[in-house]
Amino acid sequence: MIYASQSLGDLWNWLLQQFAELCGSLGIPEVIRYMVEKGAYAVGLLVFISLTALVMIYMERKVSAHMQLRYGPMWTGGWHGWSQTIADMIKLLLKEDIIPDKADRWVHRIAPIVIFVPSLIGFLVIPFDKYLIGADLNVGILLVFGFSSIAVLSIFMGGWASNNKYTLLGGLRSAAQMISYELPLVLSVLGVIMTVGSLKMSDIVMAQKDVWFLFTPNLLGFIIYIIAGTAEVNRTPFDLPEAESELVSGYNTEYSGLKYGFFMLSEFTNTFIISAIAATFFMGGWNGPSWLPGIVSFLAKTYLIVFLLMWFRWTFPRLRVDRLMDFGWKFLLPLSFFNILMIAVWVLVKK
Amino acid sequence: MNDYLAVFIFIVMALGFTAAGLITAYLVRTSRPSLKKNETYECGEEPVGGAWIQFNMRYYVFALLFVVFDVEAVFLFPWAVVFKSFGVSALVELLVFLGILLAGLLYAWKKGSLQWE
Amino acid sequence: MIEQLKNSGFEEMTLNMGPQHPSTHGVLHLLLKMDGEVITEARPDIGYLHRGMEKIAEKRTWGANIALSDRWDYIASMSNNFAAVLGPEKLMSITVPKRAEYIRVIMAELNRIASHLIFFGTYGIDIGAFTPFFYAFREREKILDLYESVCGARLTYNYFRIGGVSADLPEEFIPGVKAFINYFRPKLKEYDTLLSTNPIFMDRTVGVGAITKEEAIDWALSGPNIRASGVNFDLRKDDPYSVYSEFDFNIPTGKNGDCWDRYMVRMNEMKESARIVEQALEKLEPGDIMAKVAKVIRPPAGEIYTHVEAPKGELGVYCISDGSTMPYRYKVRGPSFVNLAILQKMLKGLRIADVVAVLGSIDIVLGEVDR
Repeated sequence: MIYASQSLGDLWNWLLQQFAELCGSLGIPEVIRYMVEKGAYAVGLLVFISLTALVMIYMERKVSAHMQLRYGPMWTGGWHGWSQTIADMIKLLLKEDIIPDKADRWVHRIAPIVIFVPSLIGFLVIPFDKYLIGADLNVGILLVFGFSSIAVLSIFMGGWASNNKYTLLGGLRSAAQMISYELPLVLSVLGVIMTVGSLKMSDIVMAQKDVWFLFTPNLLGFIIYIIAGTAEVNRTPFDLPEAESELVSGYNTEYSGLKYGFFMLSEFTNTFIISAIAATFFMGGWNGPSWLPGIVSFLAKTYLIVFLLMWFRWTFPRLRVDRLMDFGWKFLLPLSFFNILMIAVWVLVKK
Repeated sequence: MNDYLAVFIFIVMALGFTAAGLITAYLVRTSRPSLKKNETYECGEEPVGGAWIQFNMRYYVFALLFVVFDVEAVFLFPWAVVFKSFGVSALVELLVFLGILLAGLLYAWKKGSLQWE
Repeated sequence: MIEQLKNSGFEEMTLNMGPQHPSTHGVLHLLLKMDGEVITEARPDIGYLHRGMEKIAEKRTWGANIALSDRWDYIASMSNNFAAVLGPEKLMSITVPKRAEYIRVIMAELNRIASHLIFFGTYGIDIGAFTPFFYAFREREKILDLYESVCGARLTYNYFRIGGVSADLPEEFIPGVKAFINYFRPKLKEYDTLLSTNPIFMDRTVGVGAITKEEAIDWALSGPNIRASGVNFDLRKDDPYSVYSEFDFNIPTGKNGDCWDRYMVRMNEMKESARIVEQALEKLEPGDIMAKVAKVIRPPAGEIYTHVEAPKGELGVYCISDGSTMPYRYKVRGPSFVNLAILQKMLKGLRIADVVAVLGSIDIVLGEVDR
């Protein structure tokens, strides 16, 4: 039986069991059952991602507005302009798709897909709650990093294919920035992995049942992760690829309609993934007070990080590209090496 | 059951989701291309020369460095997983490994490859 | 390997920056030649906002040209008014009543604050910080409200008249200005924490686009741009017009002439302007606001050059009168126009990211450049 007090994860697990029994009694093969289960989860996840994107765009508008003495959207839909984002989505859908005559048409078309699809896949290994994880892979975190780094390719494709000098500069800058900050990003989570001894997301969450890694020497890793993560999703102060005061809009200058929408959406989904990983690795994931459903405490932590990133964006100026590289290679990278050493010693001493 | 099947299922569904969006947009959007509209944007001026020219980009050095370091970072992952069970000997190995990495970084630094020009 | 690649003859990229660009402060067109991200040649191309102001002025009466002056530097119209009235007044040897002089000074200095606030906001955006813009406009809004209560307009005031000002101050104006000054002082500290001392901001601006003392003089810079290079040149002190000699205020100067110095000079000038406004309020006494001037203004034949210290620099008007109701020749020396010229020298060798940092720090208004 299920109870109202139980969380979404338990409900999902209960449903799976019921379904398994049903399949067993009907004699449906294991493979079909598995595919239906995962397919259902994937559909739920896609709905969740769409909603997340809407919520985050609305949140960004409201957060930025209130930090800047404005109200943000107030009219659309009645209550505090809640449906503004939906209206914008419809607008993007209806907008003419302009491909410049000089552009490489096919690369120009494919680039938004190349950035959008991988940004969805990262969601699969995020543990929203107990049992509520699409695929608890034994290389979990590597899958996220692997797919998220495809974004570099797409931004480069988009920037180059447009055959525009601004997009080209934006795309090249972006490529340089993202590969440079991918190293500290990947290395910063190594500390947690050494502490836990597993790459599995569920293991990492379980290891933080008593104390979040944020409150251990892994704090340094967390700081590196947040800085590198901000750079990885191209948000201020690292938003050079789309530095609008210099490069107009960077790599997506020549995009319009839904293709532009995909670039924008993937920025938000990537921000969510980065925040969700931070919540999982450093803030205990779905662990929380027993009266709170796991997914609620997970989302609360994630949105806290999302808010932090938005706060950065509306407070800081933008770094210059050479300083950005200096900071990444000459400071953050050595610091993340130091972090690994420090955690190694700490783990040994604790043992 | 193999978890990678789930990944595969999800990739297919994500592609379907994206394709559905693009097809919907294709069906409902207007399309009135014109010569001026399809011109390359360059702040309202006629572009002088295309963007596909051979010109001095400093990004490739970072790309080379990245490949080196990223591959080595990947080596660190299995090491990190088994680190706890191996103990001090693993730490020594790490020191050697990181030492080589850092030496490489310092060399690149000294060479001026990390300098953005 | 790197050396080989360096010498292997890369093509130059020619990039049009502007006129339709988010950060060229209007419709400035910069033609950049680039080697990678480094600029090898920069050519400012102006004229997109040319309205033929100087020619129009020859066909309008002297009084009507004040309204025209609002459209030069449209974010500091009071200073433009000031420059437009000084010439005819001198030609006709009109003594402006004291009260009108103080009102003029209050208006001009408030306008300096408003203009520098716009610089502060837009410079933040140029560097990539969006929030200061809204803070600056919150304060500027209050100044515009004060102006509105005096002359009914918020952008093109047309407030000065040959011989005085068009309207006396309303009752709520003086308390309003005092309240504003008290409100504004602490805000300046807030700006310092928000932007001025932000490490990223300083990183972008300190040492970027430095102009030496000699260069600043050679290129005839004026206003905050020359003072940032350490040249203590301010017309309010060096050639006091109106009643400026009666006030006690400092001229903030910089040292290195880089973007940060230019920025800080402006921030400090706002403080000094607030001081001048306070002193002027104290000296303000009831009296006439207009001198006795004939209905039809016919300055005696002759020529004259008058200049004021506008927020952007030396704003001069050279006019020739042939004794008729309209000027024979009306030449405007816009500070933005002269300051813009040094850009081609400064930009050489900088990266594209620095272009906006340097351009923003020069603080130009295209309405004045093109006229």
